[in-house]
Amino acid sequence: MSAAPILEVRSIGKSYGPVRALHGVSATVAAGDVLCVLGDNGAGKSTLIKILAGVHPHTEGELLAHGRPVTFASPRAALDLGITTVYQDLAVVPLMPVWRNFFLGAELTIGPFRRLDIRRMRHLAHTELARMGIRLRDVDQPIGTLSGGERQSVAIARAVYFGASVVILDEPTAALGVTQSGVVLRYIMQARDLGLGVVFITHNPHHAYPVGDRFLLLEHSTSLGVFPKAGISLAEMTALMAGGAELEALAHELERPPSSRE
Amino acid sequence: MTRPAASAAPTTTGPSAQDAPTARHPVRALLRRPELGALVAALGVFVFFSLTNSVFLSPAGVSTWLYSSSLFGIMAVAVALLMIGGEFDLSAGAMTGTTGLLVGIMTTQWGLNVWVAMLVALAIALTIGAANALIVVKTGLPSFIVTLATFFILQGLNLAVTKLITGSVVIQGMNQVPFFDTVKILFGSTIPVFGLDLKVAVLWWFAVIALATWVLLRTRSGNWIVAVGGDQPAARQLGVPVLKVKLSLFMTTAGAGWLVGMLMLFDVSTVQATTGIGQEFIYIICAVVGGSLLTGGYGSAAGAALGALIYGMTLQGIVFAQWDNNWLKAFLGVMLLLAVLVNLSVRKRVGARA
Repeated sequence: MSAAPILEVRSIGKSYGPVRALHGVSATVAAGDVLCVLGDNGAGKSTLIKILAGVHPHTEGELLAHGRPVTFASPRAALDLGITTVYQDLAVVPLMPVWRNFFLGAELTIGPFRRLDIRRMRHLAHTELARMGIRLRDVDQPIGTLSGGERQSVAIARAVYFGASVVILDEPTAALGVTQSGVVLRYIMQARDLGLGVVFITHNPHHAYPVGDRFLLLEHSTSLGVFPKAGISLAEMTALMAGGAELEALAHELERPPSSRE
Repeated sequence: MTRPAASAAPTTTGPSAQDAPTARHPVRALLRRPELGALVAALGVFVFFSLTNSVFLSPAGVSTWLYSSSLFGIMAVAVALLMIGGEFDLSAGAMTGTTGLLVGIMTTQWGLNVWVAMLVALAIALTIGAANALIVVKTGLPSFIVTLATFFILQGLNLAVTKLITGSVVIQGMNQVPFFDTVKILFGSTIPVFGLDLKVAVLWWFAVIALATWVLLRTRSGNWIVAVGGDQPAARQLGVPVLKVKLSLFMTTAGAGWLVGMLMLFDVSTVQATTGIGQEFIYIICAVVGGSLLTGGYGSAAGAALGALIYGMTLQGIVFAQWDNNWLKAFLGVMLLLAVLVNLSVRKRVGARA
């Protein structure tokens, strides 16, 4: 947790013309560290991802990767520094086998005719997934036959294998049910235990709290601060996210008919 | 019979065979192949015509339907690759006419060397293919509409230019052109194989199938073709060069059109300005019957070849049996419908838990 940060932002911000989409956000991620980015819709989460992933460069503040200030010109530039983003609409091709998806764009070849080294890729895909605790019967099955959580996990395993030092996860649990979310949360811990820095973007404090080491709360395009786990409870976090007083009022209103639900 | 992998696998998969979960189950692997349905159908058609008329299995009969299948097959394989990559090419049929006419005009009318004429025709075909690809990728328009336009342009030019230059809609006298006989060895000869007088086109067809299958299953490009057709944004995110893949695919289809154009030209030494018109849909049907999805991302070269074989056998089988030729179209429609229904179930099975 106290290791040198792999990725750091210092009062970073982004304006699209006159529109200030994000400003004054500071946070760090170190190896083996999970930073959760929380915020309601429109709080600035996706703008922050786009800066970190190299989709849009920042317009104010500083972005440091491995201690050096950088401005990413493209997603490729971020990837080259080991910063991998796993988007909510996963980069997988449903009809292709798991192992072909795993190595897509970075296939291993063998021999003078650059034949695909299928045996090695299937074997590697199998062992790499097993390392993340994903046990598949068959890496030849189309990835579309996996559950949403499993697919998300394959994408994370792929990022780990291809040398990511930081994985940015964009709302990985948003479209998933309770069980599947649990699966993904477990893989986030796996990735952390393998020594990766994890940036976990979510609007669900119940998903963030169990896995996060520190929590960056965003509201109205700016930061409410970074809270270490020791310094904030789940209830406090939820209250902060929803804007305190507003939520309290809402809670009262909802509690009016006492225990009509269990 | 549920787990023969443990005993059968070591010889084929070597060191990784201990890995029971990754060992391929041969039966399941076969059932997962896209061309399985076409294989069954091809066998059915073969047996049907073998039993219903005597000419079908005679050496002359076999050579005839193999030759017919090969001309459709070469195009169907190229079109299948393109469809797996997520695009259509409706100009593929007209291209077989355009290339033949170009060579015919350049040699018989302008006296150009036949080899040079063939290279020029190939260059023009590839350029048209590249233009199709560039327009599709740069504008994001559906290839269906872009190549429909190319199809009409080619169809119109084939007739108009041929009439303008030769005054008729047929080019004849190719066999008077110097070196015609040399080129004919490559594209128009007949080779005796096991008592069959096999047209050389059939060998070209087999070569095209082998090459396309290799590319699709064993090369990075093949992986990229499937990925681009299956989910283009995902493929792009992972660094697959989408434009390069589509350029190669459209140029391959155009190149195949040139090959078939040459095969027909040097077989009969004449070419009509209407050659290939209306066949673009046959190629697509062959690819679909062979298990390729209309939506891209799934299919096989061998499957498309089997689709063409089914078409060729039926086309000639009906002629041999001296039935009304119109049955062919009805049969084709039924095959297409069945194939689409089978493909739909494949897609549903895979996408069910999305």
